[in-house]
Amino acid sequence: MSTEPIHTEHAEEHDTMTKKRIWNVFFVLLGITCVEFFIALYLVPHGMMTYHSANPIYIVLTLAKAFYIVGYFMHLKFEKLGLVFAIIVPVLFIIGLILVLTNESHHWIDLRM
Amino acid sequence: MSTTVSQIDEVKTTPWAGGRSPFAVEYGKMMMWFFLLSDAFTFSSLLISYGALRFSSNAWPAPDLVFQSVPGLIEHGAPLVFVGLMTFILIMSSVTMVLAVEAGHRNAKKEVVWWMIGTIIGGLMFLGCQALEWNHLHSEGFWWGSIPSMEELKTLFHGAPSTTYAHQFANLFFTITGFHGFHVFSGVVINIIITINVLAGTYEKRGSYLMIEKVGLYWHFVDLVWVFVFTFFYLV
Repeated sequence: MSTEPIHTEHAEEHDTMTKKRIWNVFFVLLGITCVEFFIALYLVPHGMMTYHSANPIYIVLTLAKAFYIVGYFMHLKFEKLGLVFAIIVPVLFIIGLILVLTNESHHWIDLRM
Repeated sequence: MSTTVSQIDEVKTTPWAGGRSPFAVEYGKMMMWFFLLSDAFTFSSLLISYGALRFSSNAWPAPDLVFQSVPGLIEHGAPLVFVGLMTFILIMSSVTMVLAVEAGHRNAKKEVVWWMIGTIIGGLMFLGCQALEWNHLHSEGFWWGSIPSMEELKTLFHGAPSTTYAHQFANLFFTITGFHGFHVFSGVVINIIITINVLAGTYEKRGSYLMIEKVGLYWHFVDLVWVFVFTFFYLV
């Protein structure tokens, strides 16, 4: 098996990750972090948002950051679909576990009351 | 290799028959991805147990009260400022890492070295900040298995303080940020080794800077984990 086709295919794919795009992704990540700080330091203390409504927003913003890091910095968005599924599908089970345990922990708190 | 293709060789030209690499990535890079997947499970188990304990508690040390100092500068009233700086440093070092990978694709040895050095400095700065943060919490009385006095705990909870949950917070905080910090530390060590290899011309001789990509994947993963640690310890 020759390794050459792999390298040439790679060279083509990497044209999609230019310096300009790298900085774009950086500013997106920075922007999302700033929004999180704005919520945590301004909206919640000034009563414009409660802890309970802010938490889901933090989680959605965190997942958005994760998408940009994994997709662009780690280059997964430009890999073969097979590899993308091999990495993403197992992670979906983690989300399942999170949903199960948040549900369960709400039950535990009722038991403790 | 003979030019005539026998039938059995013809079969092997399809991606899933061994003719071509189905994922079109080099072996080491694919193994790095699967290692990171297993590492993601480890961190998830830590963070999910933290989440389950926290959501099932009726009192928890409030992040805006626990983390409101910039060690050495501001003692009180600056919530999230220091951790914001740490997050910025880590995202920044992730950017220098991608720039090193990008330079590697152009076989620009000098640029790769400079971006790698930038990444290493970012990693060391982050570790330094984490050491300050740990030192600050330790001086307040938090450590594995130990918590501040009841008087001090009253200033760290929004409602009535709970020693049980203060203990859980202390153990989970040092375990999870410690595990993450250990990853950052090993990442810095790996980056240093790779930079030395670049300087020695190892990858120039090999003809590809693929190794930079592999350590890059690890480094971005460490950044990714911090994004989650940051959200679940400092924001939520």
